[in-house]
Amino acid sequence: MPEYAVEMKGIVKRFPGVTANNGIDFALKRGEIHGLLGENGAGKTVLMSVLYGLYYPDEGEIVINGAPHRRYRPSRAIGLGIGMVHQHFMLVPRLTVAENIMLGQEPTKSGVLLDREAAIRRIETFSKQYGLPIDARARVKQLPVGEQQRVEIIKALYRGADTLILDEPTAVLTEQEVEHLKDALLKLKSEGKSTVLITHKLREAIGMCDRITVLRKGNVIGTVDAKDTSERELAEMMVGRDVVFTVHRSEATGARESAMQVQGIAACDDRGLRILKGIDLDLHRHEVLGIAGVQGNGQAELAEVLTGLRPTTEGRITLGDIDLTGKGARAFIDAGIAHIPADRHLRGLVMDFSLRENAILGRQREKAFSPNPFWQRQSAMTRFARDVIDAYDVKTPSAGTLAKNLSGGNQQRLIIGREVTKAPCVIVAAQPTRGLDVGGIEYVREQLLKMRDQGVAVLLISMDLDEVLMVSDRIAVIFDGRIVAIRDPDSVDRRELGELMLSGSLSEEQPMTETT
Amino acid sequence: MSSFIRWVRQSTFLRETGITFLSISLAFGVGCIILWVAGYSIPAVFANLWKGAFGNRLSIGQTLTKATPIILTSLSFLVAFRSGLFNIGAEGQMYVGAIAAAVVAAQLHLPAVLHAIVSLAAGGLAGAFWGWIPGYLKARRGVNEFVTTMMLSYVAIGLTDFLVAPRGPLHDPKYMANQTARIDLTAMLPRIMKPTQVSWAIVVAGIAVLLVWYYLFRTPSGYELRAVGKSPTAADYGGVRIRRKLILALSLAGVLAGLAGAGEVLGTHFRFVDGFSPGYGWDGIAGGLIARAHPVGAIFAALLMGALRAGGMQVQRSGAAPGDIAAVLQGLVIFFIIAPTLIRMLFRWRRRRAE
Repeated sequence: MPEYAVEMKGIVKRFPGVTANNGIDFALKRGEIHGLLGENGAGKTVLMSVLYGLYYPDEGEIVINGAPHRRYRPSRAIGLGIGMVHQHFMLVPRLTVAENIMLGQEPTKSGVLLDREAAIRRIETFSKQYGLPIDARARVKQLPVGEQQRVEIIKALYRGADTLILDEPTAVLTEQEVEHLKDALLKLKSEGKSTVLITHKLREAIGMCDRITVLRKGNVIGTVDAKDTSERELAEMMVGRDVVFTVHRSEATGARESAMQVQGIAACDDRGLRILKGIDLDLHRHEVLGIAGVQGNGQAELAEVLTGLRPTTEGRITLGDIDLTGKGARAFIDAGIAHIPADRHLRGLVMDFSLRENAILGRQREKAFSPNPFWQRQSAMTRFARDVIDAYDVKTPSAGTLAKNLSGGNQQRLIIGREVTKAPCVIVAAQPTRGLDVGGIEYVREQLLKMRDQGVAVLLISMDLDEVLMVSDRIAVIFDGRIVAIRDPDSVDRRELGELMLSGSLSEEQPMTETT
Repeated sequence: MSSFIRWVRQSTFLRETGITFLSISLAFGVGCIILWVAGYSIPAVFANLWKGAFGNRLSIGQTLTKATPIILTSLSFLVAFRSGLFNIGAEGQMYVGAIAAAVVAAQLHLPAVLHAIVSLAAGGLAGAFWGWIPGYLKARRGVNEFVTTMMLSYVAIGLTDFLVAPRGPLHDPKYMANQTARIDLTAMLPRIMKPTQVSWAIVVAGIAVLLVWYYLFRTPSGYELRAVGKSPTAADYGGVRIRRKLILALSLAGVLAGLAGAGEVLGTHFRFVDGFSPGYGWDGIAGGLIARAHPVGAIFAALLMGALRAGGMQVQRSGAAPGDIAAVLQGLVIFFIIAPTLIRMLFRWRRRRAE
């Protein structure tokens, strides 16, 4: 038997505008737990999706149990003994555990009748063998998340998986459940199964894995033994030290007076879980405030709260004299808060509207476009759209073109043009450069700095630490729904920032004074 | 020239009308096959269909009379559709509007013209109320409007039947039939194509087309309504109060359907007659879809369906085929109109899965 269960050689996977995997070599030894570590967007999930057959690689080769493969579908991957547990479970909530697990591979009696009992017996065997306690007869929708995850794992084993891929398995688990998962993985290991654990949590990677491979921006930074490494070293590998400045940030001039005040804001995410747990922020004019943090710590919700799109459960939001607490998006817009949303397809544009119509989204009630409720001035709309298209260099055949027919960069230019020309006092920019090419990224960053110079209070929320460091005048680190630190980008230590982002605090061995 | 070619390529108008005409042709093509298989004479059926719909002044009058309420119910469907909702209940909203108009037109006594306008307004308002209920339930309670609008239709039909049945409070004691008293002369919408039943109601429908078009494409409120329909999340971002817009959309849909009913009372029957509608409200669903949700398209869609209804009657009379053939054709047209949308949806779904 070959030493490696899986070898991936020179995997390249490109998406429009971004290279997710840029020649990745990855080797999984038989019977090991291998951590795949990296920030969001580093290419971890893409790499494993390639392995599972969800994507065809553009280049490279995959060797599974010694046999090379190039293009295959998930059904083939399952046949080759690879199982994947996705971050979002692929279970039918109304069916029982047993029904979910046997779905597609139902055992039968005399060829036609469903043999439920045989399936349940087999599932219970697996459950005992691997120390994954589940109730095969329970309905999935009644199970806690941790148990649903066990169902997913057993489903993969039931289909004959030797190699398990777990995508961010601990993201949804309580600490106790994480311990159970760890035990189960060790049990699997002792049975000779190999596991890939995708994560961005350092402590878990070290605590659960044998070896760890770190990815950054589609490249392998290195593979280390978990017992020989430290959180510090991993953080450094993940975040990187070399910063390539593409935008030169000039010193901000002008008085940094307070523009928007956020006090003790709490809010829930879409599942109703408390995700913001008391955020205090003060946005200043003539300043870019960057929010650094690992995805899932409340950034997306923060952007929505600060633009009136998500209700708060606690706290106050004021804009000088204006109290915006509990108000809707309309009030925030009217108060002069502009918003470059993280999802331009879902939020920023009506994809089936023309550019002309999109240019006034959020501004449709302004006097210039609608002098009274019974009249929308088409000529003003057209003129304005053309102005934005010219001034912000939106490449489009005409103002009548539908937004969906534009490239991502041009869509973003239109949004920025629309928001900037509002002459706002605050702008919330969430992931403003995501999915753009180099030119587009540079353009967006320059625009943000230009707004700052004009006296706008800019809030930049970005998963890209380089971007936050490059553009911000002040950096706030968000962790687990709280702002855990405020730093000056010119003097901050990158490793320290990385540690704050990943664990919310600094380990004791490093005194604060080391920040130079 | 090249700019013209580009216009032709990019024009949504040409594409949409092109798809519509293709669908109609396909429907007639398949209709022919069905006729042929069933052993009827295709030329005879189509000759009679044409004769019944457009053959002479009387048949044109028939077509227009039947098209009038369908224009309004089509508008009713498409206004809600533009906001992303399915108003399946135009039939009921029409009945409610009709009975309200009949009561005001018979019980109030006002000068001519004014009386007609007040009666129309009463019909519109009653329809609005019948549309507001599912709108409110949808916006505040998340109840599926598909179900509520349809169920409220049956409530409306049953309720009005009860009101005009013998011993019902609005029953005209002079006749056995389930109907209200004849309306005042002052409230009648004058006939404009005697001896046919075409009345000023068709002008009302035409004005409604213009108003709906203006509302959807020339007012900020209409802009917001369309934004909600195309992308609720983006509308939310744009400061649109989505729930209010949903209530407004279904209320407006109710107004339009209510006007359809009022027009039937004031211009065609001069009283509320139980079961006056052969399904104009349901025709509006098809009409709105055939119009591809454009108000001006509603005129042509309604004419097509009015013509099918009028022509179908002539086909029946002539014995060339059962009159139901018109319903079959109508069904086929709808099928082929919706089919491209279905194919596109399916295609998108497959592409998403491939990603």
